[in-house]
Amino acid sequence: MTALALDESPPLHAPLRFFATAPVWGAGAGLLMTLRAELVTASRWSPETFALVHVLALGFMLQVMAGALLQLLPVAVGSAVPRVRLLALVSHAGLNAGTLLLVAAFLGAGPTWFAAAGAVLLATLAAYLGAVGLSLARARAIGPTLPALRIAAVALGATVALGFTLALGLGQIWSVPIVELVHLHAAWGLLGFALCLVAGVAYVVVPMFQLTPAYPVPVARALPLALLAGLGLWSAGVPLGFRPVAAVGAAVLATATVAFAAQTLLLQASSKRRGRDTTAWCWRLGLCCLLLAVASASWLYLGCPPALRAPLEYLTGVFSLAGAFPALISGMLYKIVPFLVWLHLSRRGPGAPLMHQVIGEPGPRAEVVTHAAAVVLLAAGVASPLLAASGGALFAASKVVLGLNLAVAMSVYRDARAGMREVRPDPPGSP
Amino acid sequence: MSASLSEVLTEHHKACDEAWALAEERAGEGRWDEAGVQLKAFTAAMARHLSTEETVLFPAFEAATGIRGGPTLVMRFEHDQLRQLFGELAAALAAKDGAGFAGAGETMLVLMQQHNTKEEHMLYPACERALGSDAALLERVAAGLK
Ligand SMILES: [Fe+2]
Ligand SMILES: [Fe+2]
Repeated sequence: MTALALDESPPLHAPLRFFATAPVWGAGAGLLMTLRAELVTASRWSPETFALVHVLALGFMLQVMAGALLQLLPVAVGSAVPRVRLLALVSHAGLNAGTLLLVAAFLGAGPTWFAAAGAVLLATLAAYLGAVGLSLARARAIGPTLPALRIAAVALGATVALGFTLALGLGQIWSVPIVELVHLHAAWGLLGFALCLVAGVAYVVVPMFQLTPAYPVPVARALPLALLAGLGLWSAGVPLGFRPVAAVGAAVLATATVAFAAQTLLLQASSKRRGRDTTAWCWRLGLCCLLLAVASASWLYLGCPPALRAPLEYLTGVFSLAGAFPALISGMLYKIVPFLVWLHLSRRGPGAPLMHQVIGEPGPRAEVVTHAAAVVLLAAGVASPLLAASGGALFAASKVVLGLNLAVAMSVYRDARAGMREVRPDPPGSP
Repeated sequence: MSASLSEVLTEHHKACDEAWALAEERAGEGRWDEAGVQLKAFTAAMARHLSTEETVLFPAFEAATGIRGGPTLVMRFEHDQLRQLFGELAAALAAKDGAGFAGAGETMLVLMQQHNTKEEHMLYPACERALGSDAALLERVAAGLK
C-alpha cells in the first residue's frame, strides 16, 4: 500500500514566502525596462537584457512556481515534499540571493559574481530538485499530471546545469560556447520546465476552476513527451550544426506549444461556468501571448530578413517572459492564495472569510488590465524605445498592484486569525 | 455492469458538477427560486455521494488495508467542511445575498474540486487496488448514489 499524503498541506508561510517576494522582482523588472529600454529593445545579447530576463525568469516566474509546487504536489499527485518547512526557508533565501548576485553580475559587478551566483543557484536548486524529485518519484497518482511534472523537473535540472556551465564561462573559469549554450538554456527553461509545469498544473486546475471537460488523455500525455523529444532533437542539432535534426525538433516544439494553447482555449470555451472572473481573463491573455511568442519565434527560425532578427527576438521575449507566464501566474495566484487563506483559517473553526472576502475582484481586475496594457506597449516598443520604457513602467505598476492584492490577503488572514479562538483540534493528517 | 468503482464515482462527481453549475448560473442571474431548486438538487446528490463514501467505500477500504487514520480520515474531514459550506450557500440563498452566494460557491467549488481530484487520481485507484473487483460492493455504491 502506497502512502497517500492527501492532506500534508505545508504551512501557509511556505508557499507565501515565495508569492510575496515575486511582485518585488516583477516591479523591478518593469523598472529596469524603463531605465534601459534602448539597450533591451536593441539586442537580446546585451548584458542589460540578460539581467532583465533573469529578473523575470528567476525572480518572478521560478519564484512563484517553486512556491506553488510545494503546495500543489500533495493535491495534484498525492505526495508531500519532505522537510517542506526547511526547504521553503532555504530555497527561498538561496533563490533570491542567487538571483541578486546574477543580476549584479550582468549589470557589471565583475566575473567573480557570475561564479558566486552560479554556485548559490546550483546549490539551492539542487536541494530543491532533490526534495521535489523525491516527492515525484514516490507519487503514484494516475492521470497525465504526474508525468508532466516529472518531465518539468528533469528539464529544470537541465536548465540549471546549462546555466551553471554558462556562469562558469562568463566567470572566466571555463571556456564554453556561450551562444549555443544560451539557446539551449533558454529553451529547456521556458519550454521544458515552465511550459511543462504549466501544462501539468493546467490538467488539474483548468477543469477544477472552470468546470471544463478534462483534457483528452492522449493529448495530455503526449504533450510533455513531445516537448521533451523536441528539445532533445533540437539540442542534438544545434551544437553540431546539424540543421535538419534541429529543424524537426523546432517544428515539434512549436506544434506542441500551439496544441496546448489551442486545446486549453477550446476547453475553456466549453466551460460550464461563465468565464468572467479575473482568472479566466488571465488564461486568455496568457495563452494568446503564448501563441504570439510561438509565431514570432517561428518566423525568426524560418528565416526572416536580417533586419527583423533583433525585433523578432525582442518580441518573442516580450510575449513569453512579460506576457504569457506572468499572466498565467497571476491567474493562479488569485485562486490559490484566497483558497489557502480560507483553508488554513477554516481549520481553526467556523467563521473563516470566504474566498471573495480575501481579495475580491476589483484589485485583480486592475492588475490584469494594467498588465495587458503593459504587454501592448512593450510589444509596440519594437518601434520605439520610448514606448518600451512606458510599457516597462506599466508592467511595474501591474506588479505593484499584484503585491498590494497579496498584502490585502495576508492582512485579512492575520486579522481573522486574531479574531478566531482555537476551536477545533488539529486537523487530521497534520504533523 | 461494466463500469469500475472508480468510473462510477467519477461519473457521479461530474453529474454533481453539472448540477452545481446550474445552481450557480441561476443565482448569478438573480433567479433565486430556480437557483433554490437547483441548489437542492445539487446538495441532495452530494449528500448521497458523501454518505455513500463514508458508509460503504471508506469502511471497506479501511477494513481491507487496516489504514484508519490516513487518507479516509482526511476525506471525511473535507466532507464535513463541504457540508458546512452547503449550509452557508443555503443561508445566502435564503437571504438572496448574491455576493455571499458567489463567494461561498467559489470556496465550495475549489474545495470540492481539489477533494475530487485527490479521490479520482489517488484514493479511488488505491481502493481498487486494495479491494479488487468486488461486485457486491460496487452494487452497494451504485445504489447509494441513486
Ligand atoms: Fe469524497
Ligand atoms: Fe467522491
